[in-house]
Amino acid sequence: MIDVAALIGPYPFRYVPHPDPEVLVRVLEREGLDGAWVGHLPSAFYRDPTPGNAALYTALLPFAGVLAPVPAVRPDWPGWERALDDAVRAGAPAVRIYPPQWGLGPHDAAARALVRRCGELGLVVLLTVRFEDLRQRHPLDVAGDLTAAAIRTLARESDRTRIVVSAAGRETIEEVHWGLTPDEQSRLFWDISWIWGPPEDHLAKLLRTVGAARFVYGTGWPMRLTQTPRSNLDLLPDDLVGVRLTDAREIAAAARGAATAGGHGARA
Amino acid sequence: MSTPLAGPEPLIDVHAHFYHAHAGREDWHALNAARLRAGERIGITWHVASVLGSYGFTSPTYFPSPEDVTLGNDEMLRLCDAEHRRVRMFVTVNPNYTAHAIAEIERCVARGAIGVKLLASRRADDPLLDAIAELAGERGLPVLHHVWQHRRREWPSQEISDGADLARLAARHPRTTFILAHLGGGGDWAHTYAAIADHPNILPDVSGSGVDRGMLDQALDALGPSRLLWGCDLTMCTGLAKLRALEVIGLDAEWMRAIRWENAARIFPEGAFPNIRPSTAGSRPSAGADGSGAEGRAPRAVR
Repeated sequence: MIDVAALIGPYPFRYVPHPDPEVLVRVLEREGLDGAWVGHLPSAFYRDPTPGNAALYTALLPFAGVLAPVPAVRPDWPGWERALDDAVRAGAPAVRIYPPQWGLGPHDAAARALVRRCGELGLVVLLTVRFEDLRQRHPLDVAGDLTAAAIRTLARESDRTRIVVSAAGRETIEEVHWGLTPDEQSRLFWDISWIWGPPEDHLAKLLRTVGAARFVYGTGWPMRLTQTPRSNLDLLPDDLVGVRLTDAREIAAAARGAATAGGHGARA
Repeated sequence: MSTPLAGPEPLIDVHAHFYHAHAGREDWHALNAARLRAGERIGITWHVASVLGSYGFTSPTYFPSPEDVTLGNDEMLRLCDAEHRRVRMFVTVNPNYTAHAIAEIERCVARGAIGVKLLASRRADDPLLDAIAELAGERGLPVLHHVWQHRRREWPSQEISDGADLARLAARHPRTTFILAHLGGGGDWAHTYAAIADHPNILPDVSGSGVDRGMLDQALDALGPSRLLWGCDLTMCTGLAKLRALEVIGLDAEWMRAIRWENAARIFPEGAFPNIRPSTAGSRPSAGADGSGAEGRAPRAVR
């Protein structure tokens, strides 16, 4: 299983212990995970994420095969198409976009164009609902959570693009899922890092209603304890013990397949 | 039964809640069953729990009417009777009705309550709380106080308190033990450590949905393991995750035992947890007013 929601680098609003790739590799091994899709945390707050992406590619090079780079691509920044090409060349399975942090509204045309282009290139789009609980944010951190409306808009944009959403809770997931056609739903995946277990059993309810195939494993490291998603799975009711989530590698393969089938713009 | 996920050692959840038929939720029974089921799987020996009135059904959760306070406490007493081998009770009170609050404490303690639960009906440092804190101190009852970690403004539906507010109450009542609710329950936990470090009669519980990396490490640095209590509140998955994280941090067995149950056994009335052997409960280290309880801790491992 792959952790889709790992990051490296410091967080601007509080101290985060040792957010380094060599540490992440040891954590993954301890947690029994095969690897991780890794973003560069400070890039979410850069005006231009390009230098952050360069730092990410360099930092992950020694850990190729375990840590896959997931660069941030800002669609309203000139040259974003080249950043996608760079991501393909670097072997990235996905790219991260942060509409709230970059001031992009729920129907932003540039974000929609990026989603379409990612479908053509076989790149998964990774969205992040939040890094921290709203109740504890720094006074300067006013971006707010990624909204369900924004996720719905992007999920409807392309029939080739796979989207993974990290750190969504039950309400957002349900609002989006039941607001999409079955075809649109089939290209959208959610990590389980921000879904609660017992006694409310939100995760169990979602696995029964939305379906386990829509969910992937994500931790939110280094912001959040890696033990949380595993603990949540361990506490599922008896009828869900051993449930199989989708492995992110399958999503990446499907994205590449869709791009190839779509012809022009597809990567080899 | 298979080995509990958190191992066979005693484990006390000092921050649990149960529901009842008058709380406006049809699934109340399933919620209670889910807590007990997950508790068995984790290996929780005792759930120390409260009922928060009608949970907003007939009066607000954090400002319960006296009638709802009594109703909720009655339901909690009933649950304790039914689950007397694994459930203990905080008596919930609203300090705005001081006489009623005192009477409820007396009534419920006589029937087995082992602590007092204060919500957010009145700021923690308000003099109105003094009579309750005084009585709790006399009876040896810890006071679990709902807290927002670093309140920077008023929040709706509650007259919220933070660590600094609770510290002022604790300073006025040095013989009373206060449990600062849910370090992971929202707000800036780092503020709390600074606010309560010099008040050894405040012990935070680690419950709440928040699972920030660094939260437990900094709590250990600032307060030491002799001042931390384990708990879940509304998210038992995060409770288990924090327990696992504490193990990875590298605490030795003595300190793990302290956080799992010995610190709780120390602050609740004697005999509150009859199936936990008092001989081991007497061996734990004492709290240090300067946070020096952290000495002897093993080096941090990677989480």
